[in-house]
Amino acid sequence: MSWLPTIIKACYFLAALLFILGLKRMSSPRTARGGIVWAGYGMLLAVLATFFLPDMHNRGLIIAAVLIGVSAAWWTGRRVAMTAMPQMVALYNGMGGGAAAAIGAVELIGYARSSGLLHAVPDTSPLRPEAWAVNGLPPALSPTELALGVLGALIGAVSFSGSMIAFAKLQGWMDKRFVFPGQRAVNLLLLAAAVVVGVLLAIGHASPALIAAFFALALAFGLMMTLPIGGADMPVVISLYNAFTGLAVSFEGFVLGNEAMIIAGMVVGAAGTLLTQLMAKAMNRSIGNVLFGSFGAAGGEAQAIEGAQKPVDAADAAVMMAYAERVVIVPGYGLAVAQAQHKVWEFAQLLIKRGVKVKFAIHPVAGRMPGHMNVLLAEAGVPYDLIADMDDINPEFPATDVALVIGANDVVNPVAKTDPASPIYGMPILDVVNAKQVIVIKRGKGTGFAGIENALFYADNTRMLYGDGQAAVGELVNEVKAIDG
Amino acid sequence: MIDGFLALYIFMLAAFTGYEIIARVPVILHTPLMSGSNFVHGIVLVGAMIALGHANTPFEIAIGFVGVLLGAGNAAGGYVVTERMLEMFKSSKPGAGKEAK
Repeated sequence: MSWLPTIIKACYFLAALLFILGLKRMSSPRTARGGIVWAGYGMLLAVLATFFLPDMHNRGLIIAAVLIGVSAAWWTGRRVAMTAMPQMVALYNGMGGGAAAAIGAVELIGYARSSGLLHAVPDTSPLRPEAWAVNGLPPALSPTELALGVLGALIGAVSFSGSMIAFAKLQGWMDKRFVFPGQRAVNLLLLAAAVVVGVLLAIGHASPALIAAFFALALAFGLMMTLPIGGADMPVVISLYNAFTGLAVSFEGFVLGNEAMIIAGMVVGAAGTLLTQLMAKAMNRSIGNVLFGSFGAAGGEAQAIEGAQKPVDAADAAVMMAYAERVVIVPGYGLAVAQAQHKVWEFAQLLIKRGVKVKFAIHPVAGRMPGHMNVLLAEAGVPYDLIADMDDINPEFPATDVALVIGANDVVNPVAKTDPASPIYGMPILDVVNAKQVIVIKRGKGTGFAGIENALFYADNTRMLYGDGQAAVGELVNEVKAIDG
Repeated sequence: MIDGFLALYIFMLAAFTGYEIIARVPVILHTPLMSGSNFVHGIVLVGAMIALGHANTPFEIAIGFVGVLLGAGNAAGGYVVTERMLEMFKSSKPGAGKEAK
């Protein structure tokens, strides 16, 4: 049976290779679909190989747990609506963090037991050398392994409880921001306490009470850190926890001597960190600001906006667009909430048939995550090459006859460029105001998510089409059909 | 056996790989890619299986069981959600998708 460990190692190597190639393919729209399938084969290979590790006990329980976990997640993942994707990512990510923490817990408890602090039965430690010979793990945990195991467990536990709060918030189960005076100090104390207990564990003082305290503190910190963060910042937080889980998996992989976990976890850790930075940058906020700051803290009196909002009715708006040469549609999250993306695509197709050049312009943070709006439009059948990024579309606005803004607000607010006192000053925006005509579909006259007046709505070339997104676009569709006869 | 410095090299190279993969990605793929990387760290399932496979006391077994459950949820859920998102990406060029226009 001496060839078995080699085959298993080879499977892990192939899995790591497939993960990297899969992620690489996922970074281009043409090959993205195949990418996830490649990574899926990698996962299947790694899991199957693990079943054949010699000296594994509890195989029945393992199979049962895998079956239950897979079928529950498969079922929920299939059924959930596309608008709910961000919180599902948070949920599954939290589960991964919890799994990493559980691995750390089993290791630490086993370590405590084998070092005689629990029961003096070193031979039955999960870390006994014979058990791990196939993984090539050293007989006992080296100081580095113990330290990384504790660190991985800490990060995993924080990611677990934090992601669950993020899920609850996005799901709408928890609307309020939970804020109290001295919160930051309490959170810092929690983290410091968790780290101190973690260090004690890492230098070998493993006892059941300490282990329990460690996990309680880590879970509490994840909870408290996420509670005060508002829904708008959640994408950044989820992305951060995604990176956290990756790191936790990588560290636990080191303790287990499992190369596939080390590589896959670290790749995700790095990719997730960069993605978090990109998202925070797109929202004009630093990661620190998201985690510890509060929105709109910038001082100063905002400049008053002069003028009035000028309404337009659907018939006029339809005529403007039907006879235009270039129309750019700017969808925001309000469009997804109104479930209007299918109607919008129907409208766009009518315009395209009339020879109008239609494009969709997407702000990096439209929707609830970068790219979320693209997914929602793709779901409605909009081909991805009609969808333009902010940097590509901004120079085209002056040559655009009509820009149609649906359910977007702060991301098209020119105040971000003109008013240094505004909380969104400096945020990159879509330069919709440069278009020859702007039509804004909006429910009423209120301010946006951030509670900031939008200068675009008062611009001379802007007309407001009041109404629910779905209904308003429906009217536009009927009006254009009427023009076509 | 993974030697400390060897592990450090693996950590470093894997981190660069992850960074490079994301650095060139268009914004439209950020959400699917975040979901995809969420799936990839579902490899934690393998670690949880190993932990449960070597757990001895009922308490360790219970924690290991929960770990495998969570890990399996991460892997399966991450796959389904990513696959569903990517399924929708079509090109308007003919022949690239069934509903292409």
